[in-house]
Amino acid sequence: MSSPILKLIAQRVALGILLLLAISVLIFAGTQILPGDVAQAILGQSATPESLANLREQLGLNDPAYVRYFHWLGGVLTGDLGTAMSSGQDIATSIKGRLWNTLFLAFWAAVVAVPLAIILGLIAVRYRNGWVDKLISGLALASTSFPEFFIGYLLVYFFAVKWQIFPAISTVYDGMPFGERMQAIALPATALTLVVLAHMMRMTRAAILNVMQSAYVETAELKGLSAFAVIRKHAFPNAIAPIINVVMLNLAYLIVGVVVVEVIFVYPGMGQYLVDHVTKRDVPVVQAVGLIFAAVYISLNIIADIAAIVANPRLRHPK
Amino acid sequence: MADSKAKPGVLLDIRNLRIEATVYPPGEAPKNIVLVHDVSLTLEKGKVLGLIGESGAGKSTIGLSSMGYGRGGVRITGGEVILNGRDILKGGKEGFRKLRGREVCYVAQSAAAAFNPAHRLMDQVVEATLLHGTATRAEAEKRAVALFKKLSLPNPETIGERFPHQVSGGQLQRVMTAMALCSEPDLIVFDEPTTALDVTTQIDVLSAIKDAIRDTHVAALYITHDLAVVAQVSDEIMVLRHGRLVEWGGTRQIIKEPRQEYTNALVSVHEIEHQEQNPGATPFLSVKNVTAAYGGGHVKVLKNVSVDIYPGQTLAVVGESGSGKSTLARAITGLLPPEQGTVTFDGRPLANRLADRPKEDLRQLQMIYQMADVAMNPRQTVGTIIGRPLEFYFGMRGRERDKRVAELLDEIEMGKGFVDRYPAELSGGQKQRVCIARSLAAKPKLIICDEVTSALDPLVANGILKLLLNLQQHEKVAYLFITHDLATVKSIADSIAVMYRGEVVRYGSKSKVLTPPFDAYTDLLLSSVPEMEIGWLEKAIKGRRMASAGN
Amino acid sequence: MLDIRRIPIPALIGLVLTALFVLAAILAPWISPHDNAEIVGDVWEPMSAAHWLGTDNLGRDLLSRMIYGARITLFIAVLATALSFSLGAILGFSAAVFGGWFDTILSRLVDLLMSIPTLIMGLVVLSVLPTNLVTLILVMGILDSTRVYRLSRAVAVDINVMDYVEAAKLRGEGSAWIIFREILPNALSPLVSELGLRFIYAVLFLSTLSFLGLGVQPPDADWGGMVKENKDGIVFGIAAALIPAGAIAALAISVNLVADWILNRTTSLKGGRG
Repeated sequence: MSSPILKLIAQRVALGILLLLAISVLIFAGTQILPGDVAQAILGQSATPESLANLREQLGLNDPAYVRYFHWLGGVLTGDLGTAMSSGQDIATSIKGRLWNTLFLAFWAAVVAVPLAIILGLIAVRYRNGWVDKLISGLALASTSFPEFFIGYLLVYFFAVKWQIFPAISTVYDGMPFGERMQAIALPATALTLVVLAHMMRMTRAAILNVMQSAYVETAELKGLSAFAVIRKHAFPNAIAPIINVVMLNLAYLIVGVVVVEVIFVYPGMGQYLVDHVTKRDVPVVQAVGLIFAAVYISLNIIADIAAIVANPRLRHPK
Repeated sequence: MADSKAKPGVLLDIRNLRIEATVYPPGEAPKNIVLVHDVSLTLEKGKVLGLIGESGAGKSTIGLSSMGYGRGGVRITGGEVILNGRDILKGGKEGFRKLRGREVCYVAQSAAAAFNPAHRLMDQVVEATLLHGTATRAEAEKRAVALFKKLSLPNPETIGERFPHQVSGGQLQRVMTAMALCSEPDLIVFDEPTTALDVTTQIDVLSAIKDAIRDTHVAALYITHDLAVVAQVSDEIMVLRHGRLVEWGGTRQIIKEPRQEYTNALVSVHEIEHQEQNPGATPFLSVKNVTAAYGGGHVKVLKNVSVDIYPGQTLAVVGESGSGKSTLARAITGLLPPEQGTVTFDGRPLANRLADRPKEDLRQLQMIYQMADVAMNPRQTVGTIIGRPLEFYFGMRGRERDKRVAELLDEIEMGKGFVDRYPAELSGGQKQRVCIARSLAAKPKLIICDEVTSALDPLVANGILKLLLNLQQHEKVAYLFITHDLATVKSIADSIAVMYRGEVVRYGSKSKVLTPPFDAYTDLLLSSVPEMEIGWLEKAIKGRRMASAGN
Repeated sequence: MLDIRRIPIPALIGLVLTALFVLAAILAPWISPHDNAEIVGDVWEPMSAAHWLGTDNLGRDLLSRMIYGARITLFIAVLATALSFSLGAILGFSAAVFGGWFDTILSRLVDLLMSIPTLIMGLVVLSVLPTNLVTLILVMGILDSTRVYRLSRAVAVDINVMDYVEAAKLRGEGSAWIIFREILPNALSPLVSELGLRFIYAVLFLSTLSFLGLGVQPPDADWGGMVKENKDGIVFGIAAALIPAGAIAALAISVNLVADWILNRTTSLKGGRG
């Protein structure tokens, strides 16, 4: 790869790291909005002033905000994500297994959604403005208007309760055989797929259509290439970059969908963990998990940017 | 239906061609319109037929029909297109695919858009040849390199390795011609191949195309709106208007003795009566030693420019793209404050920045733009557009303002009925007229016309120029006329400034500037403007002194 | 001007449904058969003549809860959208027209806020804030204004470089005229469409937050909260939770259809006529 590209990539990555740092500040600051007394919350109403003061000292609550921030950040960078306020458990250990579960679920949803979105996008463009296109676009539009829990509970109602094909609650545990695990996540994965599929398909269709309407596609047709050859040799190489961009952006969208889907199916992942502790107002957990979600989201966006850079022939072969 | 007998020597025989399209006007039911009405033409092997007409005449549509192609939902609904003895319209999709890139090739207007940015040039040049199996890869590449040489491309052996964005516009256009010639077709359709190029580049490309056509004995349909250009390359010319044939004859006859009135109008489009005026004593606008730059002083776009404009006269600023002529306008209006130098207006210096100028100064200096569609707010009516300067500068309201708007509409030869129309409902020429009225409403002393006729068809442009000259006589307004079209300059200017790369290389009254001896660039520029005369191209190429830069 | 016969069918359906929901929200106290919190029957009774949609997990009339739910959902969503839209559009336009430091700082701030998913940021912030209507509306409004900012800034920048804006500047027009008479009328079309999308997003976002327990608190419930209340019934084959969820979907689709229709109408450059 040429050096201008490497430079651009390095710039993007550096920017991403900077962004992540800024987000960590934002997340930390976001949880300090209310001067709620953490010590009071732990010891309850009947605590004596001395015990409150002692606990504050112990938790380092008397330090100014930026000191506490760096303390926290230092911990994160060394792998210590803190301790959950509500249960006293180490956050990093609690997260490990759950992170793996969430990634497993997201992976399978992506594996189904991405090829399906691209194929549907191609079909919609091939028969554009015909009834197939209108049907696909209409369904996609409807799908983006559905809240995730609607899709989720519809699936549960029919596939789990009425027809008893899959379990309604997706319990997974360590050492579970692969086949059983797949059966357990079938419904949540489907829900997640449906959520992301609609967005991805619409954007893929738009990206491919944009390329198909370029002048060089007409030139290829005027040379006598068949429709398929035109798409394969001329449209596709120029559509890869925008499609990768679309896919990455939507995978980032998957992160958000995961939260609700895990709650619906009571799936032991990061989303379920986060929501539980938000309701319990467990600040350390919320900070840690929020940061992890943000990191994944930003990384996917950076990969999307890098893909767009690498696929641009003007940058790969400078003058 | 029986195939017609192939007449000897006739390559393409189009009979009663009818082409239609469906339009979807907003808020109405879709309807069918006829783009080409029963047009017939014949083209012999090895001959060049020029298709000429204004936009909407149907020339590209007819050219593409020879390949059985319709752009954007356009369909051939009647007639026959007989190529090499068979009606291609009966061959179906398979038939079209076989002849495209093999018997008929297409050279598009914009080579930059027509090449795939993801593939190397050589791959695209030989693609059609390899697809139809007329040569092996090695042979095709050899043929391509030979064509590159013939078309005077730099580094013919290696230029195929490059990507489209690494090569200049004029070179790309020639590579596109090589691509069309590589499969050794019987017919090439040239669709406005030099329209998007600078005037000095155009000559080289035109000459290269003419040589290539002559040496390969290929027949050609040459589509353009510029009669002077087509007169250089074609054997016969066909004049089209609104999808109908107006006149068809040999080049000499069309140019020298046009039979139809419309053809005559096209031929004499550059002849405008205008007496050159002598400059008065004091200039009205004086630009002295102006230097301006972009990017915080790094990129110098104007270098030590000095010109004067006299009251009621026209100074034409000529140059190609990148010469700095539009930048000069921006410096004068204050949009790009000069680093050095002054602009004096009516005896007093103009503030460098637009924001520092008083309303009265702003009123005296008006501007008309090249693209009239974006120069007017699409959500305002013609009445509002013309009326706003009256409100803003003179505080006119109500009936007084409306009366004045009606007067201005009369002056631009459009009636009162246009007051409530929106810009989208006007034609190209009408839009530009409204812009003229808008600038006149302020009663300025100087109007800057920035390429105001460049985007218009020749006849419409002619009308606008005549209007501007009329108005100049009545209102005694001076013009700073920026253009790249020397033919226009010769018609309407009183004094001329020739710009090249940010500097004024030649300046003076029209007669002085257009009389030799010339500096190298002016010589190049003047000799690059096609004259409506047969054999002009050969003379121009022979007389070239300076290599055109950037080609 | 508004010819009923010329409105395409999808838009008509959208208009009717949206109007229905809005009317239900406004007239709730008068058209609701029972009170919001009144227990009228057994838990999760099926649909019957007495209770058109059956009862919910506490035995309250589901239809009444739905009508009041419409009121709460629409109320919060409308206020949040109004906040996000005015904040985003005003800042976006100003950034485009004034440029300079103002534009750079604001845009960087918005980029920062947008680099974390809205739901995550919402959860983080709501974990420390009290859950009342005001905080909900503020959080939703501010987080969503980022998207409106980006769009209005982009639209304004596009229009700002048009020749007719430059012509106005050359005339000497002030910023007020340029923003309100030159830029705004041409920005309306994409802005109105975006307004519709933001509203739908507000409804979905609010429902999601309530579903996760962080939105509207009991005994009041918006549609999202109602899904949460009734979700345990699904496992037993009780479809009660699907009704509010379906209503959200229906509202979102109908507003989408209306927004699409408005977008198509006002893109016609005939100044919006016809």
